[in-house]
Amino acid sequence: MPEKVLMKGNEAIAEGALRAGCTAYFGYPITPQSELPAYMAKHMLPRHLTFVQAESEVAAINMVYGAAAAGARAMTSSSSPGVSLKQEGISYLCGADLPCVIVNVQRSGPGLGGISPAQGDYFQATRGGGHGDYYHIVLAPKDVQECADLTFEAFDLADKWRMPVMILADGLIGQMMEGVVLPPARDLASLPAKPWAVGHQGKSGRPFNHVSSINLVPDELEKSVNDRFERYKAIAESEVRSVSTNCDKADLILVGYGTSSRVAGGAMALAKAEGIELGLFRPTTLWPFPYAEIAEFAAKGKKFLCVEMSMGQMVEDVLLGVGMSGVSGDAAPVHFFGRLGGNIPNEDEVLAAAKDVLAGRSKPHRIGFADRSLGSGRNLGSNRSRGQ
Amino acid sequence: METATYKHPASLVPLQTKYCPGCGHGVIHRLITEIIDELGLQGSSIVLNPVGCSIWADLYFGTDSVQPAHGRTPAAATGVKRVLKDHLVVCYQGDGDLAAIGTAEIIHAANRGEKFTTIFVNNAIYGMTGGQMAPTTLIGQKATTAPEGRDPGEAGMGYPIRVCEMLATLEGTRYLARGSVDSPANVRKTKQYIKKAFEAQMRGEGFTLVEILSPCPTNWSMKPNEAVDWMVEAMVPVFPLGEIKNLLATDGVAKAGGVAGTAAGGKK
Repeated sequence: MPEKVLMKGNEAIAEGALRAGCTAYFGYPITPQSELPAYMAKHMLPRHLTFVQAESEVAAINMVYGAAAAGARAMTSSSSPGVSLKQEGISYLCGADLPCVIVNVQRSGPGLGGISPAQGDYFQATRGGGHGDYYHIVLAPKDVQECADLTFEAFDLADKWRMPVMILADGLIGQMMEGVVLPPARDLASLPAKPWAVGHQGKSGRPFNHVSSINLVPDELEKSVNDRFERYKAIAESEVRSVSTNCDKADLILVGYGTSSRVAGGAMALAKAEGIELGLFRPTTLWPFPYAEIAEFAAKGKKFLCVEMSMGQMVEDVLLGVGMSGVSGDAAPVHFFGRLGGNIPNEDEVLAAAKDVLAGRSKPHRIGFADRSLGSGRNLGSNRSRGQ
Repeated sequence: METATYKHPASLVPLQTKYCPGCGHGVIHRLITEIIDELGLQGSSIVLNPVGCSIWADLYFGTDSVQPAHGRTPAAATGVKRVLKDHLVVCYQGDGDLAAIGTAEIIHAANRGEKFTTIFVNNAIYGMTGGQMAPTTLIGQKATTAPEGRDPGEAGMGYPIRVCEMLATLEGTRYLARGSVDSPANVRKTKQYIKKAFEAQMRGEGFTLVEILSPCPTNWSMKPNEAVDWMVEAMVPVFPLGEIKNLLATDGVAKAGGVAGTAAGGKK
């Protein structure tokens, strides 16, 4: 039987990366992900792997750009404000078709915000985030086991599709400890060849490789972006992942990712004890988003309650999914419950919100501000003291 | 008697460049590629080109290349060199790229003693964007964003940054030299500086940088010959030529010209 070890989520991400063959890590300290670079320093330096504490998030992502261009499995990690700084580099990585793994252990914002868990970076992660037309894969772990497993797989996905893959966790997932069975370490010799990478040209005599995102010829640049979007289409067709629990039996499906999905799962269990059937739908890939699965539920007339640690971001993807089903929004209404600022929703709150939906006491969520029901507009007290 | 025959360097792609008449980039590209040929490193060299006029360097260098974001060249070169330790990694940067938007990246790469070589082309102006004030623009020199000339006083435009002297205080730097392409003699001297830096890099000694004063007749609004004269008369007094810091282990007696000695710096 494989050995189970007790680790923090941040550490499991780091160990998953090392076992996937990450040989180059570049990062800058920021709460609540600082265990991750510390783990990398501790385990990479003695093995003579590349670990650099960069002067900034901007430098770190550009070091990743260089290491990825040279063919290494490269990674950086940060938390929300730092990931904002990385957006320039992420745009260049996508424009130059470079694989790498970027970890965002989200905290609350905007601005400095707080250091407690949040999910306010969903739009930034799933809509490109930097300048220009691009997307990249986004994976959302819900526990420490998935921190290791999804990071391990992220490197394979990055190489397969030649793009950055983001691990979108949050401060709770990063900081909590759970038992985890670690994947067996990859043999570096077994990793896929990268004939497009720079270096060792003299050995093979291949044409020179130029890693770049520039093209000043409009027709050529348009074609390269079009080609990349063909790849996005193939990814959307083959890499979508989600987990459904009890959705067939329930009229109301809770939708959440990461920490929110754990709380929603708890609310589902509380409801069951009261004789109320709730479903739980958890996207594991946030990009590509499981629109077809949402549309299928909508076609069956299910109701949705999105639970997020934000003012409502993923809920817009759920609304898009319902839109794809062809049924009217009234037939498959999408509701929203959110806590933010570093507050984590609790199971009772979510269950109460679900009961409100089932009893017709709450209004569906609308994009925009005119007729918007704000989940956290309920009269709720702070569940933690304010402080640094 | 041995005779030297003029040849086009194998590492320099035989293309007419996009550079303006009288621009220094062509000469500097040639010096770099001659040395890559002499060291036999064409198949194991990576050039990182900046954002600026020499964004086109990857068209002209017959080597692998990586094009990073504006100013991030030393960070990307750090990633490349840490992965490809036995390769010659050349970070080609202009004054806007290196001394304005990328100041943090160059200082910290130098301080870490990253083992690549930076070629820093200083023409005291932004070229590609059309003649804006650079961090190395001289006091009183006109630019589109300093129409009355660079004014460190009331207008608060600051002073020309002497990059070699600034980096010389950092213990990670091993070789910092400033050459010029104003005359055949200085072109030859500049080539020696670059060769010394490349050889030091391949021995893994530490951070090396060669700054090269270079003319920009187009954005200085001068004829090419006037531009060369202006370099000598106006730029060289502000940016003195020579080896600003040389702590190379194999270059005779280590010397640190004009630099306060640093405790851990010298190798004898």
